[in-house]
Amino acid sequence: MMEYPNQSGFRQRKLLPQVRMRGSAMEPSDPTQLFDDTSSGVNKHEPGRVGKSPDVFSGQNLLSDPMSNLAMAYGSSLASHGKEMMDKNLDRFIPISKLKYYFAVDTVYVGKKLGLLVFPYMHDNWEVNYQQDTPVAPRFDINAPDLYIPVMGFITYVLVAGLALGTQNRFSPEILGIQASSALVWLIIEVLAVLLSLYLVTVNTDLTTIDLVAFSGYKYVGMIVGVVAGLLFGRTGYYLALLWFCASIFVFTIRTLRLKILSEAAAEGRLVRGTKNQLRMYLTMAIAAAQPVFMYWLTFHLVR
Amino acid sequence: MAFTLYALIQTAILFTNAIAVLHEERFLSKIGWGAEQGVGGFGDDPGIKAQLLNLIRSVRTVMRVPLIAVNSVCIVLLLLFG
Repeated sequence: MMEYPNQSGFRQRKLLPQVRMRGSAMEPSDPTQLFDDTSSGVNKHEPGRVGKSPDVFSGQNLLSDPMSNLAMAYGSSLASHGKEMMDKNLDRFIPISKLKYYFAVDTVYVGKKLGLLVFPYMHDNWEVNYQQDTPVAPRFDINAPDLYIPVMGFITYVLVAGLALGTQNRFSPEILGIQASSALVWLIIEVLAVLLSLYLVTVNTDLTTIDLVAFSGYKYVGMIVGVVAGLLFGRTGYYLALLWFCASIFVFTIRTLRLKILSEAAAEGRLVRGTKNQLRMYLTMAIAAAQPVFMYWLTFHLVR
Repeated sequence: MAFTLYALIQTAILFTNAIAVLHEERFLSKIGWGAEQGVGGFGDDPGIKAQLLNLIRSVRTVMRVPLIAVNSVCIVLLLLFG
């Protein structure tokens, strides 16, 4: 509603200041002043007119009508009320405020994280920094999980899969949807399997479901590079790239999950005896070993 | 290979049905997976078997009524649309 006076004020500037507006009690007080002063908001309901005749463009006179003002005010309040209700209900199922944390990234973080995914062998400090019990946003901490790279990786994977199928004349628009839903289903299965195994081993961890989705989504980067290498260099290129990324995602997953799943002492590298820690180590290795399997499973049919 | 979301939903319904039909007295106790055999140690580490039995029992308790509804809907839909 506040935009209309600006528009009418803008239109007004094109007219001569002496033209008297219909229904307006204000005219420029100073004849040398070229533009009307619309900053005070006095002429809120002033209709702007394109032509000089009074009844050419009566559409905007609708705004000056008090009834329509009332209707617009009521409509906008209804819309905001509906939006508020929908936000509140949606927030119960999908925690939107928590999702915002995972998308608080910037270019430097994305670059560094991608570099870490390609070459995780030199990085030594894998701990997530905390700030009074809440994890720091990914923008400030390279070890924090984010959802930006997985989401972008997923979409790029679907597009690259379509490209790869297109070069083999196996493309049709439904294939994109099939690839997308298939990859999504495997992701859901993997996250559910990890959640189930974490529950069974009674790990007291602060890994949320969204964290697991983020960690499972990092392998799409390797898959994309593998498929692109397969397109450019044939099967040998595909196998080489896939091998490299399988190794790096294995190391990356182990080093990231080790801190979260294992107890403090074992994570620091000291040997702690006990079946519980051994079980947790096996679980971490199993999760990490599942990643290359999925990477191969989801891409081998794309490269011929 | 080409999994669809519909296949995932079907799988989930079938799995939940499978867990729900495991009868407590007739079957689970016979193979040593009864409810009372799971709550053995009250330490901080219940163990995998206890967790699994707990999970089966809670799935059966929680999902009994929703499964009735979901199965009825599935039956009607399959009858109508094949």
